[in-house]
Formats: sequence, structure tokens, C-alpha cells
Amino acid sequence: MKWSLIFEIARALMFARMKQTLIAATGVMFSITMFVALLGFMNGLNAMLDGLVLNRTPHIRFYNEIRPNPNQPIDQGSTFENSLNIIRSIKPSTSRLAIHNSEAIIRTLEEDSRVLGVSPKISAQVFFNVGTIDLTGIVSGIDVDKEAELFAFTDYVTSGNFADLNQTNSIILGKGAADRMLADIGDVIQITTAQGNRVQLKVAGYYQSGLGDFDNVNSFASIATVQKMLGEPPAYITDIQVKLKDLSLAPPLAKEFGNVFGIDADDIQTVNAQFETGTNIRTLISYAVGITLLVVSGFGIYNILNMMIFEKLDTIAILKAIGFSSQDVNRIFITIALTIGIIGGVFGLIFGFLACLVIDQIPFETAALPTIKTFPVDYNLKYYLIGGIFSLITTYFAGFFPARKASSVDPVEIIRGK
Amino acid sequence: MKDQSKVVLETKNVDKFFYNPTETQVLRNVSFQINRGEFVSVVGKSGCGKSTLLYILSTMDTDYKGELFMDGERISGKSSNYLSQLRNEKIGFVFQFHYLLNEFSVLENVMIPGLKLGKYSRDQLEHQAMEKLRIFDMQDHARKKANQLSGGQKQRVAIARALINDPLLIMGDEPTGNLDKKNSDIVYNKFRELAKDFGQTMLIVTHDAEFAAGTDRTIEMEDGRVVNFK
Repeated sequence: MKWSLIFEIARALMFARMKQTLIAATGVMFSITMFVALLGFMNGLNAMLDGLVLNRTPHIRFYNEIRPNPNQPIDQGSTFENSLNIIRSIKPSTSRLAIHNSEAIIRTLEEDSRVLGVSPKISAQVFFNVGTIDLTGIVSGIDVDKEAELFAFTDYVTSGNFADLNQTNSIILGKGAADRMLADIGDVIQITTAQGNRVQLKVAGYYQSGLGDFDNVNSFASIATVQKMLGEPPAYITDIQVKLKDLSLAPPLAKEFGNVFGIDADDIQTVNAQFETGTNIRTLISYAVGITLLVVSGFGIYNILNMMIFEKLDTIAILKAIGFSSQDVNRIFITIALTIGIIGGVFGLIFGFLACLVIDQIPFETAALPTIKTFPVDYNLKYYLIGGIFSLITTYFAGFFPARKASSVDPVEIIRGK
Repeated sequence: MKDQSKVVLETKNVDKFFYNPTETQVLRNVSFQINRGEFVSVVGKSGCGKSTLLYILSTMDTDYKGELFMDGERISGKSSNYLSQLRNEKIGFVFQFHYLLNEFSVLENVMIPGLKLGKYSRDQLEHQAMEKLRIFDMQDHARKKANQLSGGQKQRVAIARALINDPLLIMGDEPTGNLDKKNSDIVYNKFRELAKDFGQTMLIVTHDAEFAAGTDRTIEMEDGRVVNFK
């Protein structure tokens, strides 16, 4: 069967009912527009909210946990092997916080093809000495360039230059901590470490993550600075942060590497399970709303096709009489439905993209989110693909039943019944 | 002319029942043959079953008992897709109510069965369609929309459309029934012309005695039976 003829007839039928066809296409267009705009906006927000935590969180973190030795001496001997041993008041063993042989571990990780990048880190508990008052805080020693590359560190340095951190004895203060200390950029502050060392550091900038509690406590310095502060050698590292190419591999890889290196490993899914749940539910809701819109427009197409078939019974009868089979008639009406779907879908995607551009321009400023100036929008191609495919699927099903009805029209009844 | 049997259409013992509202037999044991080149009319009173017979012969109505042969081939019980193709290729229709497709121009209306058959290119078909229209003096209206024509003109276009695939057989269901005297005469004369000049086989249902008198043979029906076949 020649499709060109089917297209020609479908086109003629649509032009004969231009207004209804346009209304149906507008319905599809509107729903696709809303679908794309809604998902783009929702996922933009999702990405931003998740980014608050997830961007800065390593996919796997290696560290030494302070805890009691699981192999107590009494378990080693055979004397009490078959007894129930109760020991009271066990204390953690004097294991080191530092990761043993950290350089070799980092090298191994960097060579692994599943790993995007590795960034070492030192966490140090400190007191900020402000006059007679000591504020507690944590100074993280970071590899500045890697931190910027892997964990978007620069996004959160709201004032000052993060590159200044490479100089020893400089610090980027959490915004909350800086406000309390009234420390301006360029000021020198004094820090006492838990070991009692006193260090003076120059403020190079402010760090603002958007999570108030975090900014009150956390500050950043280079690894060398923190090692010097603590009086530790250059190999001293307490955390190794790993970013993977594929986030979902984190739990098995954490287990695997943890066993190989004999240290503790946390994966992002375990640590931040609640974020994923929130994201999933928000995404689910936006998909549900978007698809509902599409289904409603599908009913519009269904109605209009049904009306068209009722009006065009004569045409269908004559087509069948001159040799068009039921299948051909079916194809004609499916073609009409899909054409409405394609035209509506294409315009819907275009207008959806424009709507996203508009949303992207709406100002949205909050103190908690220093890097956000306008509403965030996700332009992921995925939503456009899903929108396009769904517009075709719904219009196909909307056309399916009317087309079947048209194909089963008995020409004799129509021709004789006149 | 292909070297085939002379019989174009043959029915053997065709019975037809209507079941709604009660079972009524509308055709009883109808058997006859139509030969190539014959101009045959079917006459009879309203309700005698002549239209019903025509729709069975046209292959559009498949719900009957008995056998139907076209061009020597038994077509009873064939699939509906096959029958559609057969209709397209071998049968031309003319109905009582013109039945042109209003969405298309006159020329396109004539061309559509040809496009469906797909034997010739679009350009060739356009040329052929113009020639068919010329037979009926309608070539000047080729670009008009179908609904801009008068009733008589529409019917002439419908006959041109029936001819586009050079069908084995043309069937008409009271083609002049809805026309005034003048148009009716024009259409009638065109049928005569087709029969005489082109040797076209035709089967026309009519209750116009004058029309029937001008045909080669007349099948007379009464109460679902063929009562006279001369």
C-alpha cells in the first residue's frame, strides 16, 4: 500500500476540519509545554537542593574510626573458647586517626578506571581564640585544586579568592564563624589546636554553603597548613575522598576498597539516603502531573477524531467502495492522530524550552543560597525526549479506537442508508 | 482484450437473509451470467432486492449464501483485503447520490482509485484522468472542489472516476435516480456511449423503464427472484 496516498487523504481530511485539528494540536502542545517546563523547573530545583549536600559529599570516604578493638586478648586463647566472655569497660585502642600508607592508597585509587578523582583531607578540631573567648570549630585541610575540581569548592567561596588558600598560613572561614569573630578578609586570627599548638592564620575568604550550622563550624586551609598546625609530617592524612564516575557504584566499591586497604569506608548512599528519597518523590510527582496533562489532551484528540469520523462516514464509505481496505482506513485515521501528536509535540517542545528560558530569568535570591540568582532550570535533553515520545504514545492510543471504529464502517449501510 | 472466458460475472444460487428485526429472505436462488461487453440493467419494484443483489455483486456485502464468480475466479469467502483490491482493480462504481470526496478537487477524485492501484505514476494518472473527464465534458472543471459542482456534473465525474482503472465491470445503483430529466439524459447517453464506443461491460440497477429499454439485456426481479432474463 502506498503511504503517500494515505498521507494525502489524511492531510485533506485534516484541512477540511482545520479548526478542530488545530484545537487538538494546541491541546497536545500545551500539555507538552507544561510537561517540559514543569520537569525542567522541578529537576533544576532538585539538582540545586541535592547539590547543596551531594556536590560536596565524596562518593566514598576512607577514614580510620576510633573504636574498641574487635579482637580482644581473651578471644585469642583457647582456654575460654567455649565460654561466654563478658569484659567490662573496654576502651578504644590507641589507633591512629591518620590513614596508614595513604600515598600508596591514593595512587591505587587514581589508577582505578572507575574513579573520577581523589582528594585527600585532614580534619582538625580547633579553638578560634577571640579575645578571652574560645570558639570551637573544625579546620579541614584540603588539596585546593582537587577540591575545586571535584567538589565545586569555588562555588561556595562567596568572597575572597580561593587560590590564596594555596599559600601557607591562610584560611577560608565559614561565613557564620567569620561573623562571630568579626574577621574581615586580610585579618589574622589565632587558632589553638587540640594538642595545644597556637597558630596564626590570615583570612583569605569566606565560605558559605547555605547550611547555617555547617558554616558556623567549618573552615578550610591547605593540607600543608593543617599538617604544620598539628605538627604532623607531610604524609599525615585523615580522610581520603573519592569521586566516582558512576555514583550508583559507590556501595559495592566502598566495600571492595575498604577490604583491600583495611580501613573504614562510607559510601554516599548510606550517608545521604534521605536526599535521594526526596529527589525521587519530587521527580515522581512532576512526572505524574506531566503525564496526566498528556492523557487529558489525549482525550481531546479522541473526541475530535470521533466527531471527524462521524462527519466523514460518507467519505469512509466511498473510500472503501473504491477499493480502500479496512486497514487503509485505519491507517488514515492513525496518521491523522499521529500528525496532530507530532505537530503539537514539536511546538510543545519549542514552547517548553522557551518557558524554561523565561523561568530561568525569574530572580530568586536567598541568603541561604549564595550561588543562586534566578530560578534553577534543568535543560536535560531527557525531558524533551520523554515529552516527545509520550506525545506520540498518547496520540496513538487516542487515535487507536476511533481509527478502529472508522475501519469497521460498513460501506453498504452508509451508501444504502442515504 | 485479454483472451479469457466471455463470462465476466456469474452468480450461482445466491440467497440473502436480513435478520433485523426478523429473519426475512431478500434474495432467493439468484443465478445469472453477464458476458463481456454487455450493457445489462436490473429492474424491479422497490424492495424486490435489486440493490441488495448489486452490493453482493460489488463484493462489499459478503454475508450471503451461494457462489459468486468474477472473471472466472471464485470470490466467495475471500478475505476483505483481497476483495478491496479486487474492487479497486476490476469494478467501477456509480451510486445514486454522486458520492464524490468533497475534500478533494474533481481531478483528484478521479485519480484516487488509480493512485490506490499504484500501477501508473502520478503524472500519467493525471493525464488519464483528464482524458476521462474529457469524455464527459468536465475537463474545464478539473481544478474545482467537488462540492462546487451541480448534481449532474458530480454524477458525470463519478462515472469518470469509475473508469479510471479501466475496470472489468461498471456497476451503478440508480445512477440517474436523483437527477432531473436533462441531466438524467446526459448520464444515460454517456452510458450508451461507453457501451457502444468502448465495449464497456456494465450492470446498472434502475427503475427507470426508459433507461432499461435502452440496454442490451434486462434482468427483471420480483420478491428476491429473477423472474425474467432476456
